[in-house]
Amino acid sequence: MSVAAVIEAPTRRQKRVLPGFGLTMGLTLTYVGIIVLLPVIALVLKGAEIGPLRFWEIVTAPRTLAALRLTITAAALATAFNALYGLLMAWVLVRYRFPGRRLLDAMMDIPFALPTAVAGLALTALFSENGWYGAILAPAGISVVYTIWGVAIAMAFTSIPFVVRTVQPILEDLDASQEEAARTLGATPFQIFSRVIFPAILPAYLIGTTIAFARSLGEFGAVIFIAGNLPMKTEVASLLAVIRLEEYDYNGAAAIALTLVAIALVLLALSNWLQAQLTRRRVPA
Amino acid sequence: MTPAAAPAALAPRQDLRTANLLIGLAVALTLFIVVVPLAYIFWRALSEGFAVFAQNIMAPDTLHAIWLTTVVAVITLPINLVIGISAAWLIARFTFPGRKLLLTIIELPFSISPIIAGVCYLLLYGRQGLLGPALAAGDIKILFALPGIVLVTLFVTSPFVAREVLPLMQAQGSEQEQAALTLGASGWQVFRRVTLPNIRWALLYGAVLATARAVGEFGAVSVVSGAIRGQTNTLPLQIELLFNDLNIVGAFAAASTLTLIALVVLVLKTVIEGRTR
Amino acid sequence: MKTRLTTALALVLGLASPVAAQDAILNVSYDIARELFAELNPVFAEKWQAETGRSVSIDQSHGGSSKQARAILEGLPADVVTFNQVTDIDVLAEGGMVDENWREAFPNQASPYYSLPAFLVREGNPKNIDDWDDLAAEGVQVIFPNPKTSGNARYTYLAAYAYGLEKNNGDHAAAQEFVRKIFANVPVFDQGGRAATTTFAERGLGDVLITFEAETGGIARQYADAKLERVTPSLSVLAEFPVAVVTENAEDKGTADVSKAYLDFLYSPEAQRILAKNFNRVHDEAITAEFAANFPDVKLVTVEEVFGGWDKVQEEHFAEGGILDSVFVNQ
Repeated sequence: MSVAAVIEAPTRRQKRVLPGFGLTMGLTLTYVGIIVLLPVIALVLKGAEIGPLRFWEIVTAPRTLAALRLTITAAALATAFNALYGLLMAWVLVRYRFPGRRLLDAMMDIPFALPTAVAGLALTALFSENGWYGAILAPAGISVVYTIWGVAIAMAFTSIPFVVRTVQPILEDLDASQEEAARTLGATPFQIFSRVIFPAILPAYLIGTTIAFARSLGEFGAVIFIAGNLPMKTEVASLLAVIRLEEYDYNGAAAIALTLVAIALVLLALSNWLQAQLTRRRVPA
Repeated sequence: MTPAAAPAALAPRQDLRTANLLIGLAVALTLFIVVVPLAYIFWRALSEGFAVFAQNIMAPDTLHAIWLTTVVAVITLPINLVIGISAAWLIARFTFPGRKLLLTIIELPFSISPIIAGVCYLLLYGRQGLLGPALAAGDIKILFALPGIVLVTLFVTSPFVAREVLPLMQAQGSEQEQAALTLGASGWQVFRRVTLPNIRWALLYGAVLATARAVGEFGAVSVVSGAIRGQTNTLPLQIELLFNDLNIVGAFAAASTLTLIALVVLVLKTVIEGRTR
Repeated sequence: MKTRLTTALALVLGLASPVAAQDAILNVSYDIARELFAELNPVFAEKWQAETGRSVSIDQSHGGSSKQARAILEGLPADVVTFNQVTDIDVLAEGGMVDENWREAFPNQASPYYSLPAFLVREGNPKNIDDWDDLAAEGVQVIFPNPKTSGNARYTYLAAYAYGLEKNNGDHAAAQEFVRKIFANVPVFDQGGRAATTTFAERGLGDVLITFEAETGGIARQYADAKLERVTPSLSVLAEFPVAVVTENAEDKGTADVSKAYLDFLYSPEAQRILAKNFNRVHDEAITAEFAANFPDVKLVTVEEVFGGWDKVQEEHFAEGGILDSVFVNQ
């Protein structure tokens, strides 16, 4: 979740009155430089070494394209699920009071707290043909493990918190008077939701789904357990980068990694822009 | 389950049915997607009895993995705290060119897939990498040893503390701090007496999240670990290793310890949220 | 545990911790050799202690052979490698980590034991899988790992290809078509040999697992309840398991002697007995006779005979855009 856009600049009056500018600036820049920027620069340099032509060849090779297509499709499926499930959960948790609500609320953070490898292990065991879920699905001819559905389920699980947790606070802060007014005017509950509530939560909702999508694209730990790594079919892009690495194909690995970073940056920019829109709406200038 | 309408909620009658339906759906879905997988981990871990479970946990390599994971968490936590506070202070309290860019860079690790982060570190510190020859000449080992594991963990956890502390520092403004300064307090005193108490819960919250992530990181660490048994295997990697060793119960036993940690994190989180509200 | 704590603590503090009269080496190995070296290492440690009065601890790292070679090139501090693929040590030699003439450093071209791709099928062999052509039949699910990352699977590829050549009187196009059919029957390509075993034995996927004979024997024993059955095809490729001292690292760390002794030990009768017991074929005839039941007759061809050597195989088959890519990736 990006806070970049919501941070307003301190007023000019305060400038440099407080101590610690040099210290924190030096510390932060050094740290960010060494820990975050340097490795990313190493990747970019490696990518630049490849040359644009070869880079394009790698990225548009059938296997890379298939991996990217699978990753994006599965992430879209996962995000579609979380868009519905997340909205439902946010709604239920904010609008209703019932026994076990707090427990249900706490459950929303489990996918975040649980290491992805553990999630992958558990989901694979549950959905494999002799697992609890797989045993029910298999007779119906549905196989999950080693298919795109498995990839999507792993992605969906690990990105559950994002939609819920971005929509929840907005829904909580929603001004009740507009709803009251709409009801007085004879609007149906569905009309109230679609005309009053939904437009109000839409920016947060979009941010949440964008982050969930970005997170799904990069998911690795949970996916590799359940995906089956079949080239052209169930091989996600981040795994392909690792496979290229293991084949000593550094250029291939760097090119695919860079592509993924670029997609992530675009999504980050998108969510920052949405956040700026949101801030503008909530705090009129 | 009888849903009572929340203060701002809708009119009763038909809405009550909708409410029941939605709550039922929410609970059922959460049960299938979140609760069952969680329960399954413990069920499999204990499926051959507690003795086998304990034996698996006490296996030397698994114990070492637990130890290594703890060491990594203990090293990364103070660094994350200091840097998180420093970055939040810098961005909340001062204006300077490139401020927004800096914030974007701080948050960058959230957007980069951890496995790609691992690849970045390999391209930087690997023998074939950017700094590889220099490191080899100086006989400095980073990858496939503790320093590499700590570094990638720092990468993936670096935004957490700043992200929690920054909005709070921003919202609270700096009036109190300026007042203290006017009264003659030193910068360090202001920080300890005024700033720190104000942000302590957000700080703790960020620390909990960062530590949870440090303990559970898999993708990034798997690239730089080298998987030396009983040496550079963290707990999440040990799970994969046990799984591949055909010790499924052992894998789930190791997984259950991580799951317990996750549950503790959740409890801490709930407690802290209660405090901040 | 206490020494572990101390070692870890020393690591944390950035200190080297030279404990008196203690040697430590890291054996970086292929994926499915886990149990094997867990059994061999204590025997060597005892022997080394008796001979030199020094204790030795041997660390293990297992993974796909090519992946391991890359990690060593990146700085994984291996003292010795025990691989399943000549080319992966050649890569290390090219990178200057291993002596160029490594194949002459130990007997039998530096391969203390060998194996071959063989089959493991479900109880009662319901799909009647007896030889390679049964794998190409429709409706048969075949499990083996990703030949791009696993040396194990590359041998499977070569054996299937060699069989295809023999059946089709040396017609390469027909052999490739045959291999393509087998690959089309593979539902999942795991990263390493052991992950493929897990897929087959633990997750219950597939009708037949193709892996080294050594692994089929061990798994049949481990999953005795499942009554998995070993099947040896009529023809297979001899898979050498080459070893080498990673001189660059060993000389650096001063472990060259113990590293060499460790690899020499693999040729000793006691080690060869452990190897044969674990279904690895060995050159020691007496021990081979002792464990004859483990090793059914099979016609073994070598990479040199059929494919003209590893360099040629690498170039024609395994390189990017080679024959393997055409049957594997663009199936």
